[in-house]
Amino acid sequence: MIPYFKKARWSPYWVGAGIGVLSWITFAFMNKALGVSTTMVRSAGAIEGSFFEAYVRSNTYFSKYLGTVTEPKPVLEWQFALVIMLVVGAWFSAKLSATQIQETVPDIWKQRFGPSKGKRYLVSFLSGIVIIFGARLAGGCTSGHGISGGLQLAVSSWIFFLCLFLSGVVTAWVLYGKGGKGHV
Amino acid sequence: MFDSFFADFQTILAGAFTGFVFGFLLQKGGVTRFNVIVGQFLLKDFTVLKIMMTAIVVGSVGIYGMRSLGLEVVFHIKATALLGNALGGLIFGVGMATLGYCPGTAVAAIGEGSRHAIAGVLGMIVGAGFYAEVYPWIKENILSVGDLGKVTFPSLTGLSAWWFITALLLIALLSFYLINRIEKIKHLEEKIFEII
Repeated sequence: MIPYFKKARWSPYWVGAGIGVLSWITFAFMNKALGVSTTMVRSAGAIEGSFFEAYVRSNTYFSKYLGTVTEPKPVLEWQFALVIMLVVGAWFSAKLSATQIQETVPDIWKQRFGPSKGKRYLVSFLSGIVIIFGARLAGGCTSGHGISGGLQLAVSSWIFFLCLFLSGVVTAWVLYGKGGKGHV
Repeated sequence: MFDSFFADFQTILAGAFTGFVFGFLLQKGGVTRFNVIVGQFLLKDFTVLKIMMTAIVVGSVGIYGMRSLGLEVVFHIKATALLGNALGGLIFGVGMATLGYCPGTAVAAIGEGSRHAIAGVLGMIVGAGFYAEVYPWIKENILSVGDLGKVTFPSLTGLSAWWFITALLLIALLSFYLINRIEKIKHLEEKIFEII
């Protein structure tokens, strides 16, 4: 058992099956679906709210998730706890297999855009803005829409999944082209 | 803001358990790596699709199976707004290919030690704040286009969910078979190149 947990990689099929079974548990026992991106909304709302509470409470979008003045909703709820523990779960897994990394500039990126850390961090930051904007516009991310929505056979999720894959492929080829392929 | 900061202990504990297992699985699956995610979009490494398709098939059999057995399992369907779902997906794909992570894998990648993922997650929080500002406009002009409500393929077509699940299973098995063949051929090619 222990050697198996120390392995650097598991078969993607076993990992996928594990996530599927985890979904059964969240649906059956917690009445929840796996998701991540709403937590970014709660985080942004909580940060802005610690300075301008009245504003956040009156903002239509924030109040959907954080509630209003008369009916506030908790910030640190089920999904927020999930997102925090994602860090710990991945850390623990990497620790067991001794596969931690300190990646600042990924290889494929370096090959194409040079070794500058600042440049990479700036693009990561901007990509983060873009990705959440897309997620919130669509109603979820790869977990909430892609996996949870996909397995419920939701029409919205399958449209999202196909569009994300298509645009991801086009973007990656534009960015890294054929030259990037050899470095994956 | 912080009068009602915490949900009840049991809810937080349940979320924490789920997150720990999810993060563990993502790292073991290798999808906390930039190269694996970008490799998927370059159609060189199919780990992401293998994990997602398996999770969806296994998950759907369980969720629909429990409902067929008469257990009370509540759905959590996101509303279909055709333009919003499609446009959101297209924007998301651009961000995911440049960041090399999606929101969940970026957070997990921080646990594995990725530094640039931290910048990505900070960007996500800023992006969420930005979205909250423009939401009223988006709701009126984009989310209203092709608004079908919370529909699934079975509810839309009136067909049994099991037709769709069977089709998904067959699609998954066929694509895994084809991917494995392509991977074997590529592997052989590399070996031949090494010999030459």
